[in-house]
Amino acid sequence: MASASTNGFDPRKHVGVNAERMSHVSSTDFPGHYPGEDHSWNLAKFQEKLSVNIERLSNRSIDLDLVGVDASIANAFRRILIAEVPTVAIERAYVWDNTSVIVDEVLAHRIGLVPLNVDPALLDLKDPQNDQATDRNTLVFRLRAACERRKPAPKDTTDPRKLYTNSEVLSSQMEWVPQGEQATVMATNPPVPTNSNIVLAKLRPGQEIDMELHAVKSVGKDHAKFCPVATASYRLLPEIILNPQKPVPPHLAEKFQKCFSPGVIRIHPRTKEVSVDKQKARFESMSREVYRHPEFEGCVQLARVRDHFLFNIESEGFYPPERLLLEAILVMRTKTVALRRAAEALLNDTRGGTGDVEMAEG
Amino acid sequence: MTAEEDNWQHLSRTNWRGLGLADSIKNIEDKWLLLPAFLKVKGLVKQHIDSFNYFVDTDIKNIVKANNKVTSDVDPRFWLKYTDIHVGFPDRTDLDAIDKSITPHECRLRDITYSAPILVTIQYTRGKNVVRRPNVNIGRLPIMLRSNKCILTGRTEAQLARMTECPLDPGGYFVVRGTEKVILVQEQLSKNRIIVETDSAKGIVQASCTSSTHGGLKSKTYVATKKGKIYLRHNSIHEDVPIVIGLKALGIQSDKEILLLTAGNTEAYKSAFSANLEEAAKLGIFTRHQALEWIGSRVKINRKVVGPRRPAWEEALEALATIVLAHVPVIGLDFRSKAIFVATMTRRVLMAMNDEKMVDDRDYVGNKRLELAGQLLALLFEDVFKTFNANLKSAIDKVLKKPSRTNEFDAFNTMQFQGDHITSGFVRAISTGNWSLKRFKMERAGVTHVLSRLSFISALGMMTRISSQFEKTRKVSGPRALQPSQWGMLCPSDTPEGEACGLVKNLALMTHITTDVEEEPIIRLAYMLGVEDISLATGTEIYGPHTFVVNVNGTIIGLTRCPTRFVANFRRLRRAGRVSEFVGAYVNHHHHAVHIASDGGRICRPMIIVENGVPKVTSEHIAQLKAGNLAFDDFLRRGLVEYLDVNEENDSYIALYEPDIVPTTTHLEIEPFTILGAVAGLIPYPHHNQSPRNTYQCAMGKQAIGAIAYNQFHRIDTLLYLSVYPQQPMVKTKTIELIGYDRLPAGQNATVAVMSYSGYDIEDALILNKASLDRGYGRCQVLRKNATLIRKYPNGTFDRLADAPLDETGSIQKKYDIIQLDGLAGVGERVDPGDVYVNKQTPSNANDNTFTGQAATVPYKNAPMSYKSPVAGYIDKIMISDTENDQTLIKVLIRQTRRPELGDKFSSRHGQKGVCGLIVNQEDMPFNDQGINPDTIMNPHGFPSRMTVGKMIELLAGKAGVLSGKLQYGTAFGGSKVEDMSRILIEHGFNYAGKDTLTSGITGEPMEAYVYFGPIYYQIEHMVMDKMHARARGPRATLTRQPTEGRSREGGLRLGEMERDCLIGYGATQLLLERLMISSDKFEVNACQECGLMGYNGWCTYCKSSKKVAKLTIPYAAKLLFQELMAMNVIPRLILDDA
Repeated sequence: MASASTNGFDPRKHVGVNAERMSHVSSTDFPGHYPGEDHSWNLAKFQEKLSVNIERLSNRSIDLDLVGVDASIANAFRRILIAEVPTVAIERAYVWDNTSVIVDEVLAHRIGLVPLNVDPALLDLKDPQNDQATDRNTLVFRLRAACERRKPAPKDTTDPRKLYTNSEVLSSQMEWVPQGEQATVMATNPPVPTNSNIVLAKLRPGQEIDMELHAVKSVGKDHAKFCPVATASYRLLPEIILNPQKPVPPHLAEKFQKCFSPGVIRIHPRTKEVSVDKQKARFESMSREVYRHPEFEGCVQLARVRDHFLFNIESEGFYPPERLLLEAILVMRTKTVALRRAAEALLNDTRGGTGDVEMAEG
Repeated sequence: MTAEEDNWQHLSRTNWRGLGLADSIKNIEDKWLLLPAFLKVKGLVKQHIDSFNYFVDTDIKNIVKANNKVTSDVDPRFWLKYTDIHVGFPDRTDLDAIDKSITPHECRLRDITYSAPILVTIQYTRGKNVVRRPNVNIGRLPIMLRSNKCILTGRTEAQLARMTECPLDPGGYFVVRGTEKVILVQEQLSKNRIIVETDSAKGIVQASCTSSTHGGLKSKTYVATKKGKIYLRHNSIHEDVPIVIGLKALGIQSDKEILLLTAGNTEAYKSAFSANLEEAAKLGIFTRHQALEWIGSRVKINRKVVGPRRPAWEEALEALATIVLAHVPVIGLDFRSKAIFVATMTRRVLMAMNDEKMVDDRDYVGNKRLELAGQLLALLFEDVFKTFNANLKSAIDKVLKKPSRTNEFDAFNTMQFQGDHITSGFVRAISTGNWSLKRFKMERAGVTHVLSRLSFISALGMMTRISSQFEKTRKVSGPRALQPSQWGMLCPSDTPEGEACGLVKNLALMTHITTDVEEEPIIRLAYMLGVEDISLATGTEIYGPHTFVVNVNGTIIGLTRCPTRFVANFRRLRRAGRVSEFVGAYVNHHHHAVHIASDGGRICRPMIIVENGVPKVTSEHIAQLKAGNLAFDDFLRRGLVEYLDVNEENDSYIALYEPDIVPTTTHLEIEPFTILGAVAGLIPYPHHNQSPRNTYQCAMGKQAIGAIAYNQFHRIDTLLYLSVYPQQPMVKTKTIELIGYDRLPAGQNATVAVMSYSGYDIEDALILNKASLDRGYGRCQVLRKNATLIRKYPNGTFDRLADAPLDETGSIQKKYDIIQLDGLAGVGERVDPGDVYVNKQTPSNANDNTFTGQAATVPYKNAPMSYKSPVAGYIDKIMISDTENDQTLIKVLIRQTRRPELGDKFSSRHGQKGVCGLIVNQEDMPFNDQGINPDTIMNPHGFPSRMTVGKMIELLAGKAGVLSGKLQYGTAFGGSKVEDMSRILIEHGFNYAGKDTLTSGITGEPMEAYVYFGPIYYQIEHMVMDKMHARARGPRATLTRQPTEGRSREGGLRLGEMERDCLIGYGATQLLLERLMISSDKFEVNACQECGLMGYNGWCTYCKSSKKVAKLTIPYAAKLLFQELMAMNVIPRLILDDA
């Protein structure tokens, strides 16, 4: 393997970040691209290169590094997270009464977008052919709120929250009505909205809302409200390659430092020599500001590591952030299993055929 | 001296503007704050409201004063006099109402007119007594909203909310029979001024003057050349009057004096004029009497002849005194001033003959007057009031003719039975827009328009619109072109495209239109300031080298030798508030004239006064303004700010910015962005756009769907488009804040990636993110009104509402399932196509006037209202009320909520529209390092040819605003600077140019190009659902049996002439036959081969035989044509031949 110099720009490893364009965007490590080199897929090599590190974990989000996979794999996880990990959300709203200013359709739409704290595993997907709601596939909520004046009327205030009851209808007012066996199955973790402070509507005295809400399980492809993440995305690890041939002039060191995100560039206190903080380089926002200044021309080459994905996943819904990637892998595995099964079936059927379908080797 | 010192020396030296380069630039901080102060006092539609107020408070009194007496031909002792008139406040007309107050919104909902009583005080004779009666109601006047007489004026926001009225609504329109009507501003050539024009092709020079006096009579007088000689021409005289005869008739008998008054002492003019003197001599006219006789025999006599015929010279005298140049006063047969006026016109013609440059520009804004609602209503009132009085007089005569009466005659009673001629006159004129006043020879259609409530901006844009009287078909570019003099007065961007381009204009933000100001005090003032009376002057004096003629409203009043001082003194008095602030005075050096104008309809705008190179408004004044201690009127009263009309503006030296002030500067612009109007003011960074883009945006911004008014949910309009989640733009302008667009926005801040995606984005198509749509981006509501009347018929029967009928099985039919017991659909119910929502029934004998039986027993037939749209809707609200004539009115509002779909039209604020070409799942969308997906992808090919740099800067400023959490400004000629925006981006770790690194959502790889990425304010414009249309079979027109036209009538898609030409060229005869006949209006006729006429049933009625009758298929329209020709005695014969 003819690897490039250890410290410079390596087109096999790096995506070049230039002033006006990015270069070497696609990976080249596939069989036959480099004559005389073997790039066939190899489990041992893959295992050696693959690593997953959790960099930061909070209640609602996770930062993790996925290293050593192709962009297609990382992107598949991202796509599955957004579109194919199932969650539960309100799909039908039966309006018995709604005298608020928000009309029925808009209110129903707002309620639909409220994330629910329900384990999707407890529900079945609703059969699209047979639209029958059962206790296995539908949760029922009731939303009732009527606004009245508080008596005695508080003086010296115009704050509607103090003057009236239910001046704001919040997501916490959605009340779960257990159906059939749901009361026992979901006893430990009764369904509620994950966020209890979402304003659904505002009411004034005399106005009233009374709705029955049916929640079902579905995926983000169907509607964004079933998306388990606020966002799931990744970026590539930034790498700042300083040119040893052309060091940054010491009197411009601070200006150079300012061209990058805080902490990324270190300046030697005495020699004013600049260096990259390897730990903090990942926080570089790649604003390419350094390319704007002609005095730094040739001093630095920006790049990103092609197979180092810095994932950021924000959970919004039932799943804790650390479980989301696992769920995505699970979905991917069921998909590959299905694909493999289909391919095998195809292979069995077409035995003796032209051999057009040659999938699932190895 | 060192080189550096020398440099400093150079900098501190005064340069040609009286300022050194090193001088600090003085600046009045925030002088633009005068603009909100101005708008606070005047409002956006002040021109309409001021004009209406002037009519109601002043003009109506003048009109009544001029027509204040009704006498009787029968009884000479009888008289009736109007001593006073005033207009009350709008009230309810129901007699039994306890609370008489009424709100405009109630009028809109109930389809009634928002009007107030016109009350007069009359004095008349009853027998031998004189009786005075105050507050006699003679009719009702529709009241302009937010005018003096409107109950909304001066109310607080909370009070307006209680009346379900929007505080941001500008007013200035009328509510007539429930519809909101605007009287558009009409542009006209100014009255009573001389306009000199040449026709170089015909070699004609003419000076014309349209006279208009109080009383509305208009006539146009010309002084024109014909074969090198000059003539006076007027409609009431058959023949052109040689000018010398005209002047002699006006009392200038000596040729020397005529020559002096016209040509003066200028040799060139003298020789050009001499031919005219000869002509008069040839015609043998030397004395005034001869001249009058000559004219008198050529005067048209319009009035019916009463008594003996008057001699010709008397006719001429009357015509010259009252009809020709009627605006020049003739007091006691003193024709001197009129003669001088005609002489001046003649001199202007001579000047133009001598020098081509001495002609006037009729497109010059200073030569224009704008006619407003008040003036039109005044004409209408004068007309109906005169008719009212004529009717009253004949009614009184009729009573007085009777020889004996039981009780004493009281004219008041007759007056009470005069009907509602005045009321209905106003209502009819405003609701149809037809101003046809026979009395004033006025015949104008399309004066009023329905206020467009498509969006808040469209309503506002309509209130500032000016329509021109020029014909649209004429191919002249002059009136359509941008005029330099419209700077600051009329918006340079806001004009429609196509046939009305340049003819329909819009007012700029700060313009004001004047109303009439009394001229007598001004004339007196002018004399006091040293003007010499004109009637004392001869030609030598008038045309002396240093003499300036002083005109007031086009009439010559005198002479002055020091015009500059006179005008300066006059202005000083105006600034001190001794003369109305809307009186303009300026010097015209070309014509050696000083003009003072106090007439209504001039366009003017306020400006800061500069004296001795120092603006009179200082930072302290602005601080006081900010603190609320000063209002705009205080600035006027203290002489810090004044109004300049177009003519005076051109006599001033106005600095755009403070550093530009030089010693000769007279005024300072308040704020440059006010040259734009309200609609163009919404565009961010318009000064960076190619100018047609701003014009396109002005047309499109009015169609954007958004919030309409604060009372939008209480309105029941024919069609209402509302946005569910409107947002104020990230990049605002000062205009947006001033007109309240940030409180009633139309659009959303979409995150836009400027890149190519998928090929479904060519030709301006947009890509939308499905998840954004799921989350509510671009969602709209469409509310449609359906109204019906539950009528009572003259024969005693009435319509009724019925509950849902049952079918045989005893259950309710599907289409009646939302009907409740009252016969109306339940509010909130879903209405599917075909569903009945008002189950109305009408009596089957409603029009049978002979019916006398019991109303309850009559048979009824169904007349239900059923839902037509192909997409289900919901009942939003149902209103039951009654109209002014006691018919029950039911209005049903049906709502649809729509999410954007393929084909919906979106536009940014830069005249860049596009349809949605593809809706992409979120996971397929590209994303940036922060994980942000765009809401919209816009193709970059939209930029190079359109050159909408403003849009790019909007994105940059919007992005910087989002990152810093602040709204940015894109105000014209100002706004947030690109450099600052870039700095904010850099501070937040973004690229200075606004380009982000995007990763493809499909491959997962980074994109090779950086993508311009950030928020742009996008508006939804049209929805395909309202446009899509196709037809296979359907209704046909009765007359021609061809398919109907238009989507609303489920019409066919026309194969037009050009398409037909293609098929002919190609030779596709069978296709032609099919398209034009078989699929359209084929008809089988029997034609006789003998006579060539059409018969029927195989029988020719002409030949009385069936022998040679053949059947053939022709278009029904052809058959119709043959029959129509036969009706006109033309016989078309069908000569048949075997092919």
